[in-house]
Amino acid sequence: MIEILFYILSTITLGSATLTVLSKNPIHSALWLVVSFFSLAGHYILLNSQFLGMVHIMVYSGAIMILMLFTIMLMNLNISHEVSKPFFTKLVATVAFCLVGILMLTIVMRGNQAYNIEYSSTGEDFQSVSVLGKVLLNEYVMPFEMVAVLLLLAMIGAVLISKKDKTEKEA
Amino acid sequence: MENVIEIIGIEKYIYLSIILFCIGVLGILYRRNAIVMFMCIEIMLNSANMLLVAFSTFHQDAEGQVFVFFTMAVAAAEVAVGLAILVTIYRNIGSIDIDKLKNLKG
Repeated sequence: MIEILFYILSTITLGSATLTVLSKNPIHSALWLVVSFFSLAGHYILLNSQFLGMVHIMVYSGAIMILMLFTIMLMNLNISHEVSKPFFTKLVATVAFCLVGILMLTIVMRGNQAYNIEYSSTGEDFQSVSVLGKVLLNEYVMPFEMVAVLLLLAMIGAVLISKKDKTEKEA
Repeated sequence: MENVIEIIGIEKYIYLSIILFCIGVLGILYRRNAIVMFMCIEIMLNSANMLLVAFSTFHQDAEGQVFVFFTMAVAAAEVAVGLAILVTIYRNIGSIDIDKLKNLKG
């Protein structure tokens, strides 16, 4: 049952990611990417980390995709007028895709499989919200505060970069 | 609840995340639209995130998931600044086709 669920979710993830790459219209790409993110959240919930699944849906589907869709609409790109790359470049891209995939799969399959051990779960609680919160605010409290500063700086930077120049407007 | 890794096996998650990462690489090389390239970067980041969560479940340790939180925050900051840069480029050039950005070419 769980295995079937895993295969269905994996098919949705890979298929919608491929359609993201291959769609001509940027809006369709963004919508397929939302589907891919939802199936990834399903993977997280399948791995019994429900809190992370919810955060993933909120941050990616809620915040990042809205930002991208608004940018696409701001630039009026919903009509696809993208000139596609020449055939040779596409061929090279596909060959590189196959080579990278084969290389990584071969390394994983033929390497020293450190994870291939007798495995059994101890049944200990390690991924509920209370445990995550304790780890985050005890051991990792310094990186946590740094992330807060990073987000603030990113916001200030985005506003500064996309602000119109006043002198340019007057001229 | 039983551990999913016992039923499915960690290696299937590794294969899935490798293929997802390669799709992201293909998108970066294949497209000319800068926004779609950003989306492909998100796909690659997500494949790494999924592997972190899978191994966190495998080792039964919460620290992998903490790193996923940090990755998500960095991804959000990157998208905000990157899209601001794209808007500025669009305002100056009138297009976000990356092949038109060759002012540095000698």
